[in-house]
Amino acid sequence: MAENTTPAVGETTSPPPERPPSGEPRLRLRGISKSFGAVRALYKVDFEVNDGEVVGLVGDNGAGKSTLIKVISGVGPADEGEIFLEGQKISIPNPQAANRVGIETVYQDLALCDNLDVVANLFLGREERSFLRSLDEIDMEKQALNVLRTLDVKLPSTRTAVATLSGGQRQSVAVAKSILRKAKVVLLDEPTAALGVAQTRQVLNLIRRLREQGLAVVVISHNLADVFEVVDRVIVLRLGRRVGTFDIKTTTPEQIVAAITGAEFGQLMATNGTTQDNDSVGGK
Amino acid sequence: MSDIIEKNDTPEPSESSQVTAFGGPEAQAAAVEVPSYMPRRTIGQLLRGDLGFVPVLFTLIVVVIYFTIVTNGIFLHPENLSNLVGQIVTFGILGLGVTMVLLLGEIDLSIASVSVFCAVVMAVLSERHAVPALVAILVGLLTGAIVGFINGFFVAIVRVPSFIVTLAASIFYSGLLLNLLAGQSTLIISSPFIVAIAGSAESFLPDYLGVGLPLLAVLLYAISLIVSYVRRKRAGLRTMSLLQIVLRIVISALLVGGAVAVFESYHGVPYSAAILFGLITLFWLIMTRTSFGRHVYAVGGSSEAARRAGINVVGIRITCFSLCSTLAAVGGIVFASYGTAVASQIDPTLLLNAIAAAVIGGVSLFGGRGSVWAVVLGALIIGSLVNGLALLSQGTDVSEMVEGAVLLIAVSVDALVRRAQQRTGR
Repeated sequence: MAENTTPAVGETTSPPPERPPSGEPRLRLRGISKSFGAVRALYKVDFEVNDGEVVGLVGDNGAGKSTLIKVISGVGPADEGEIFLEGQKISIPNPQAANRVGIETVYQDLALCDNLDVVANLFLGREERSFLRSLDEIDMEKQALNVLRTLDVKLPSTRTAVATLSGGQRQSVAVAKSILRKAKVVLLDEPTAALGVAQTRQVLNLIRRLREQGLAVVVISHNLADVFEVVDRVIVLRLGRRVGTFDIKTTTPEQIVAAITGAEFGQLMATNGTTQDNDSVGGK
Repeated sequence: MSDIIEKNDTPEPSESSQVTAFGGPEAQAAAVEVPSYMPRRTIGQLLRGDLGFVPVLFTLIVVVIYFTIVTNGIFLHPENLSNLVGQIVTFGILGLGVTMVLLLGEIDLSIASVSVFCAVVMAVLSERHAVPALVAILVGLLTGAIVGFINGFFVAIVRVPSFIVTLAASIFYSGLLLNLLAGQSTLIISSPFIVAIAGSAESFLPDYLGVGLPLLAVLLYAISLIVSYVRRKRAGLRTMSLLQIVLRIVISALLVGGAVAVFESYHGVPYSAAILFGLITLFWLIMTRTSFGRHVYAVGGSSEAARRAGINVVGIRITCFSLCSTLAAVGGIVFASYGTAVASQIDPTLLLNAIAAAVIGGVSLFGGRGSVWAVVLGALIIGSLVNGLALLSQGTDVSEMVEGAVLLIAVSVDALVRRAQQRTGR
């Protein structure tokens, strides 16, 4: 399989700061299959993401993107296949298990309580406590400001209710929450959908900041323009199979669209010199 | 392509931003918090948000002024005000209980019958089975906790809508209490210990406690404000302005001092009022200063987000229902002591008054919004209406019509606020 060559691409695009010596990707999935009744949603899919790398997961509706993300986030475990985190084989039977090992999924909605302020949301479920188990608001606020600053997030105040924030700011808070939970891998599900131009820019900037922190980032997106702006490597799924891997520097959007839709795929394969079911590394 | 962007952006390496983190305490907040981002809010928006209690307070003041004028000042007489507080204690405590459930976005329609039921359990044990008064009271409270647990079980685990569960519970326990009383319509309580809670001439705090405890509370509040100010200043976080702190301390001292002065110029602070305000203070601390309170608001705001944050949503729901019914039991016991009897008849206005106290005060029926202090404001408004109309010798008819109308207005305001927030929210 091509796993041994694909991480090398990531290596050239961005030097990962704290990479395990083995050269093992931060997160690696091997031979993941999942069926819903007679429908085969994923068939022997491999997936990998390195430290300090942003991987874009793209594909048409029904290609298996969401199913794959659900496998990683523990919402819908796979029928077959193995998952390795930093070289260690792990199992992710439920979302809590994913959180425990440091895999955080940022959903666009459903992640924040609108009625609570930013600090309360960031520490929800893991509040810092002090004297008589009362909330240590000062410590939490300091940590919150620290994280928000490293992500270069600008807010009116950390004490405003999340309901009053813009879409981009809300997304930033949701991402900051995953950092505070000491995430190793962050999955972003359609992070820029339903955002305005300025807010999209804000979120893309945020994703770059995550990469700088040495995190492994997976972005699922329909928006190829966004993907091209921020992603290092694109993995394309089609009909439950991984049909392509592209280094973003040497790829055109047309090539990715072709891989997504399956059009002119034969021609593409010829230029890449790969066979079907194998990962094709674009423009090598 | 990404190369070009990298060059344009030249994002700061994380190390250097870490350095600025320790650059100076003042830089802490400044890097993230941009107050100019704060949307300028109109007075209307402020009234719907942080200053939501102002219209409620205004309503209370209008009601008080109206009744003072039409009763030629009898309304503001210390004796009448002491009576008024005595009247609101029961549904105030029940309102506090129902607030816990309302904050989740649920409702409890069983509080009135549960409160009477628990009082009956206590009275039957104490009067017919000669159980020591303290044990009888504790069993009554425990009964409340169990009833609430059962309600919570059906709401959180079986997932039946709470208004059905608690409506069924309401009917069930009003039947069960008739069964316990075995045909007796009124059971007189003779236990001196139980009567001493609220029903005797001695049910007042001695002056040194009546003045001392509220004074201590205000003092602790002032100290906590100042300590938090100093600590935040030292940590480089944004602080309230000194003026704001002084105002808060002065206003709370005036309110507490005024209330104590009114009580003291009559018979003193009744135990029942001490219980109500003690419980409100306790729950205020729990709801604002502990993880549990934070989690209750989170579940009320978005139970899905709370679940994903790892909060035990089922546990929080069951706990809130248990607390609600336990507080209902407290209210029932205080009421039984006040009247030195338990009756098979459940006061039909008790349920409405309790829920109305919370909702009029500003606790949202949709969950996640409202303070426990709201209950005091709401209860005072309802109490003033009932009391004032009684002074004018208006019957129950007028009183109930007015109350129903006020409740409807309060709920409508709540719904309008919610809609307005959804419109301007994001």
